[in-house]
This record gives sequence, structure tokens and C-alpha cells, in this order.
Amino acid sequence: MLPTPCTAHVPFDTIYEPAEDSYLFLDTLSSASETTWLIQQFAAPSPSPTILEVGSGSGVVLAFLVANSPTILGRADVLSLATDLNRTACLATRETVAKAIAAQQQTTTTTRPSTNPDAAPASHSPSTHANPSMKSTHLASVQSNLAASFKPGSIDILLFNPPYVPTEAVPRAPTAADFETGDAAATRSEQFERESYLLSLTYAGGKDGMEITDRLLADLPRVLSPRGVGYVLLCAQNRPREVVERIRGWTEGLDEEGEGSRRRRRRGRWCAEMAGFSGTKAGWEKLVIVRVWREDL
Amino acid sequence: MKLLTANFLTCAVKGCKAAASSYPLHFKDAELELQEIDFQPEFIHNIIPRIDWEGLRVMANELGFPKIPDLKPEGDALNDEQTMRDLHRLLLETHVVEGRLCCGNCGHEYMIKEGIANFLLPSHLV
Repeated sequence: MLPTPCTAHVPFDTIYEPAEDSYLFLDTLSSASETTWLIQQFAAPSPSPTILEVGSGSGVVLAFLVANSPTILGRADVLSLATDLNRTACLATRETVAKAIAAQQQTTTTTRPSTNPDAAPASHSPSTHANPSMKSTHLASVQSNLAASFKPGSIDILLFNPPYVPTEAVPRAPTAADFETGDAAATRSEQFERESYLLSLTYAGGKDGMEITDRLLADLPRVLSPRGVGYVLLCAQNRPREVVERIRGWTEGLDEEGEGSRRRRRRGRWCAEMAGFSGTKAGWEKLVIVRVWREDL
Repeated sequence: MKLLTANFLTCAVKGCKAAASSYPLHFKDAELELQEIDFQPEFIHNIIPRIDWEGLRVMANELGFPKIPDLKPEGDALNDEQTMRDLHRLLLETHVVEGRLCCGNCGHEYMIKEGIANFLLPSHLV
């Protein structure tokens, strides 16, 4: 079993504390079937994958995937990114990922043997440069609404543990003004209200618990690279089987124009599969993680 | 926030998504910090294909870095240790701690504080 990142430094008064859904994410990403799929999808040598966790909270899911990337992705040269509405969560995630990398990759040796006697340092083949101390890197935590601040095609692996609880309405989205505190002057009740508001952002999903998830899903064809994959968690009330069917019918982002003068049309299709689940009750899964990706025809 | 991040960011305003001038965002009053990490040429080799080179050139230029090659290094150029070390410094060792990121299309400025860029929009732009 791969180690779970330490979150002892995270202030949980406004940040979601790792729970059953977070751990389902860790179990799913490190399952034999997902690891096999991911290693095949992102096999080196290919460009370093970018990994974005949307609404990263404590950062435990992102840190787990990044720090264990040699095992889960077959490579350590990954670029970690995070967004969260809550500035405190951005700071916490940055620390969680950095600590997990430091803890788990200090003695990591690459799986690739680098003992080829012919491998001169200036060789043409990058593989002979295999650096046994290769370390992943966290690029940034960005305070942002979902993936809105990332440019088209920029993300290879996107992780989202959304606010999925059905509620009457979704809370208003915070604006820059919500974080220009003033905290010292706040009364106890004002502070309590602020903390309750920020916590509600971590769970309140509106109608069917799908309002925020639907927004993120609608943005996937834009933000994912052609080889990109999204992992999104759903609960039973979100009707995961219907969500999977909807995704399979997507037509956005399937015609891709090649770079430069060579314009090429590519036909593909959107795929969605249940990659992990927990808590089967009367034949229905309580929590499900769906893998979303595009495939060439 | 490492400088490489800017290569993946764009303006969060909906109306800017289709505008070419909303990328790259432009740093203003950037306070930079160097955090040294081990030089990993293989990592740089694998990052280069993921980079939008023109966006990187614009950024390096605006921040006053030594000129980076006009074209994305390929083949033999990848074995030029000085180029790889320069890129390592620019992409992975240099952090933006304070400053702003500005959209060339709508002019909106995103504040960066303690290395966290704030892309939350004021209510009139949401």
C-alpha cells in the first residue's frame, strides 16, 4: 500500500478534512487497473504530464498521485497544479504536495536501469540520462473557480472531488473581496459565519448535487489535452450511470486541428468508465469515481 | 508559483476565452525568488515538448531574463548543457512571490500574494 500524504499542518476550520471520498480517490488511483491504464496512457518518453486537482482542499489526493507518480504513472517527471476557491486551501495544498514529494522521493530510484556503459553524458538518447534522484515538482496552487484559469489543452490528468451533496441551492461563488480580511476585527459570529460559508463550498452541490460537477464536466473538452484524462467523483444521488451515458454522447472537442500548416481532422469519441466505487448498497454504489477520456476511432 | 505555471494560465473572464491576446498573461511588478533544486536534464527534456515556446519567450523577455533561443530546442540543441541549465533556472527554480498577472485583452489584473495568484473575479465580471 502506498503511503498517504501527511495533512497535519492543514487548518480544517475552512478546509474539507480527508474522508471516505478522498480515500476512495487514493485507492482508485493506486488500483492495479488504473495504474496499468495510466502507465500505458502516459508512458515515457512522452512530454511530462501536467496534473491538476480542481478544488484541492487539503491537497491529499493531488499529493498522493504526485508523490507516488513513479509507481502510479511510471515516471516522476510530473508537473503538479491545483486550484481552490479558498486561499487557505491553496496554501495548504502547496505544503501538502511539497512535503509528500520530499518524504517519498528522497530515496526513490528510477525503475529504469541506467547502467549502460555506452551512455555518455552527452548522448542523444534522453533515456540514458536517467536520473536516480528524479523528483516531481509542484508548479503552483492557484485561487480560481474550477479550471477557468487554465488555457485550452493544458491539462493531462485532472482530478475532481466535487461538492456533490444535493442542496437547495449552491452557495454564491466567492469573489476576491472575500479574502481581503480584516479577520482580527471580525466578531466571533462573523468568523463562524465565514467559516460555515467556506465549508459549504466544499460540499453543497445544488440540484441533484450536480450543479458544480456539471460545470466542470462541461469544461473538460476545453481544458484537457488530446491525451488528457479526468477523474471525477460522484455519489449515488448524482445518478452516476446517467452521467456516464451523457459523457459518452459528447461531441465537443473531437475534431482537432493539427499544429502549423498541416491541418488534419481527427475523429474520436468520448469515453467514460467507472474506475472505482465504494459502499455497495442494494446493488447501487454509494460513491463512484468516473474516468473520462477521449479515444481515436 | 513557479514561472512555468504562466505557460498554462489564461484570463478567467469568459469573454476573453476566444481572444488570442488573453494569452500569455503579462507579469507586472513581479517580485521573483530563486529556490535552487537539483538540475534534472531529463526532466527539462520532457517538459520542453509541453511548452508553448512563444509564450515562454514573451514572458522571459518581459521579466528581463537573458534571451532564450528563438526556436524550441530539438535534437542536438537538447544536449547543450548551458541552454538546459538556463531553462532549468527559468522554469523550475524561479518563483513569483508578489506581483500581478495582466490580461492583454480585457486588461484585468490578477494579484499574486505569497506565490498564490488570485483568479477569482469581481462580481461584475463573473
